[in-house]
Amino acid sequence: MATFADTPKANFRLGMLIYDTRYRSVTIQIVVLFLFMAGAAWLLNNLFTNLAERGKDLSFSFLWYRAGYDINQTLIPYTNDDTHFRAMLVGLVNTLLVAFLGCVAATIIGVVVGVLRLSSNWLVARLMTIYVEIFRNVPVLLWILVTFAIFTEVTPQPRDFKVTDQMIAEGQEPAASMLLFDSVAITNRGTFIPKIVYSRSLGEIHLGFLPISIDTLLVLASIVFGVLVFRAIGNNATKVQEATGVRPVTWWKRLLALFGPLLIVLVALGFSLQRPTLGGFNFTGGVLVLNSFMALWIGLTLYTAAFIAEIVRAGILAISKGQTEAAYALGLRPGRTMNLVILPQALRVIIPPLISQYLNLTKNSSLAIAVSYMDLRGTLGGITLNQTGRELECMLLMMLIYLVLSLLISSGMNVYNNAVRLKER
Amino acid sequence: MSDLHSESVAFVRDTMLTPQSPPASQAGAIKWLRENLFSGPMNTILTILGVGIVVYLVNLGLPWFLHSVWNANSLAECRSAITATWGPDAHGACWAMIRERWSQFMFGFYPNVFYWRPILALLLLFVALAPILFAEFSNRLTIAGGVVAALVVWLAASYGEWLPVGILAVVAAIAGLLAVQGTKWPHNLIWFPIVYAGIAFWLLWGGSIFTPIAALAGIVVGWLAFRILAPIAGNIVAVTAAVVAPVLWWYFGSEPVIDLLSRALPRVEPFWLPPVDSDQFGGFVLAFVIGLTGIAFSLPMGIVLALGRRSDMLLVKALCVGFIEFIRGVPLITLLFTASLLLNYFLPPGTNFDIILRVIIMVTLFSAAYIAEVIRGGLAALPRGQYEAADALGLDYWKAQRLIIMPQALKISIPGIVSSFIGLFKDTTLVVFVALLDPLKGITDAVRASIEWKGIYWEPYIFVGAIFFLVCFSMSRYSMYLENRLKREHR
Repeated sequence: MATFADTPKANFRLGMLIYDTRYRSVTIQIVVLFLFMAGAAWLLNNLFTNLAERGKDLSFSFLWYRAGYDINQTLIPYTNDDTHFRAMLVGLVNTLLVAFLGCVAATIIGVVVGVLRLSSNWLVARLMTIYVEIFRNVPVLLWILVTFAIFTEVTPQPRDFKVTDQMIAEGQEPAASMLLFDSVAITNRGTFIPKIVYSRSLGEIHLGFLPISIDTLLVLASIVFGVLVFRAIGNNATKVQEATGVRPVTWWKRLLALFGPLLIVLVALGFSLQRPTLGGFNFTGGVLVLNSFMALWIGLTLYTAAFIAEIVRAGILAISKGQTEAAYALGLRPGRTMNLVILPQALRVIIPPLISQYLNLTKNSSLAIAVSYMDLRGTLGGITLNQTGRELECMLLMMLIYLVLSLLISSGMNVYNNAVRLKER
Repeated sequence: MSDLHSESVAFVRDTMLTPQSPPASQAGAIKWLRENLFSGPMNTILTILGVGIVVYLVNLGLPWFLHSVWNANSLAECRSAITATWGPDAHGACWAMIRERWSQFMFGFYPNVFYWRPILALLLLFVALAPILFAEFSNRLTIAGGVVAALVVWLAASYGEWLPVGILAVVAAIAGLLAVQGTKWPHNLIWFPIVYAGIAFWLLWGGSIFTPIAALAGIVVGWLAFRILAPIAGNIVAVTAAVVAPVLWWYFGSEPVIDLLSRALPRVEPFWLPPVDSDQFGGFVLAFVIGLTGIAFSLPMGIVLALGRRSDMLLVKALCVGFIEFIRGVPLITLLFTASLLLNYFLPPGTNFDIILRVIIMVTLFSAAYIAEVIRGGLAALPRGQYEAADALGLDYWKAQRLIIMPQALKISIPGIVSSFIGLFKDTTLVVFVALLDPLKGITDAVRASIEWKGIYWEPYIFVGAIFFLVCFSMSRYSMYLENRLKREHR
């Protein structure tokens, strides 16, 4: 009987390190490790030599110095007496704002365009194809710059909105008028939108350095509560249907659950919208949305929406026609076929590339520099960097923040991806 | 029975009736309209909305296009011409700006007298690309060649005396080589792209011709080392030597040789071109230099990274994953700023190398990480049987990759790779933030800063956007052609 013995270890020769596959990977890894360490040591050595030569050190203490510059869009309280660290936070919040709103808007437009591109309507399908091809094949910087040019060059000046008694007497129309029942004014100084005012406000709580409005918290809580009750009623209806075969009528209950708590909270807080009004040469009241923000937001949204449209279209096309036919054969109506059969399968194809589009949008928001929107790049990587001369620290910190942001987004979306993933045995 | 019946029938029709034409609503344009535009209430609403949008856009843009002015020297002149022809309220495009600033958009601040150099480089690029892009000689390629030839004649008429000389020399050289090697064009030109890299560098930046020759000689040295050592010492030693020998040559051997040769020969045109500084580059020359170099280097680097990420070796894998995820996690702008602000910290004191080169390195690294992920997807999509079959045939790792795995994986990932390339080309506009003159913002701002063209917004954006669209759209069409050509199933 033949037996197999291991190759005797005693016969080890030096050449086996290269020619024997058992040892070769170890050899390669040691060589790679050596090269990597050598490279890293070389870079660090250069770094310390250079720093010493310029009389600099590696220190992040500048973050606690007075910033001394103003930021034109601050979502958390900030004055130029605050620290560089706080300026960085303001920039980060601005980045997050444009990234979040951009992702939401791009998803909505992208899904609509992607579905319409598959429509049987010849004209609409062609129009959507043209939109997608034009926006995909031109740099996003161009769209941001063009939108900015539209907002600063084409939109009317605030004084064009003025209506004088003389004009009324002569029956003249003003050169420009506000949109949406006189609540939104798009001007070359920025877009004025209504402001939310609570007449019976509950004040703010200070979370360390960050003031949080109790009113906003309450509103958010009521929305979350509404959604939870809404889903609970739906689940309950499904249970009843599974037990008895008859689905109870719940739409009015669900509607009430969704909007009831919100309405009660809003009325209790004395909610009202304060419209911007023209006073003198500019609008007062309401909220001023900067042109740079609008340009960045719209530019990024339209560009990313073109990509999302393609992803959605590919996702829907990936589901074979047999699925639709099988659903029809079971007697499902088109709406339910979409909801119960096509969409859950298409989402699996759509979500992973969608995550990378969200990441791209977030990273592209650093193009804010082109329109002087004060995002993270504008504060930490812009004015703070120039004032303190700490390029190394600022850039490292900025890269770290973007990296963490990317990882957070992708891990958050991966959780969702796992929820819709095919449950295999 | 049947006889009886036949007698009872008075008349049997023996010819067919001529078919009637279908009702008007079931044929022709009306049927098409009903099916494609008005098939239901929802579709009708969409159609009306679509028509509304088209009408609005045409209304907005068409008069502006129709009132275009092509001959003027400033925006004010343009406007007065429009007012004179179309009345005081008319608006119109002022394409005269592009006529006047054409060379700035194309070449940035590249010296006028040397315009023939980037043009020659661009024309040679077509020759260099042909063997890579097209496997066989087809009618379309002939047409493309004709277009290029026409372009050559036109450009030669416009730009200087050295252009025709250069082109004639190249055409003669290629014709001679083809005559020697046989006429299997373009396959026999596959070596040309490597030589092209040296030629293009020399043409664009100038200096001694021996600099690119010495650089290319390094590749020859490596190849020779491999060919000589492979039969004697085995593959692994030969590969190591093929890597080490060129490095040694570039580091120690090349400079004395360049010095010696350039001193021996006079500084006259065929051997020496007047150098052009990197900060004189701009416009589409810059975009193409960065974009094409990035594309050329990021693909091989992406393949290596993808293989590293799928490797069994823990350390190699960890390094590749770390690199890829880091690059994909930060915006390109921060990398470009790193290139312009921080790179000096990490290099030996006193080193200062070219800003365009730094930008190219960063753009290449950035794109390589994305391409690595695309190729990893392609590798993961290959059935395991392919790997096992390669092992069963006794192929070693590199042979298996080269002959079995990569051809299939790359074929699957073509669309992703090309869209990475398109993204890279579009991203070349971001170099404006490290003070290079890209065509989109750099040159446009420079044009707008002059008194003549102050306040011109839409024309430069449309012009630059159209060129980007043309390039990127052709790239995506080419990827579709390539996918089609490489399709092996369902033939």
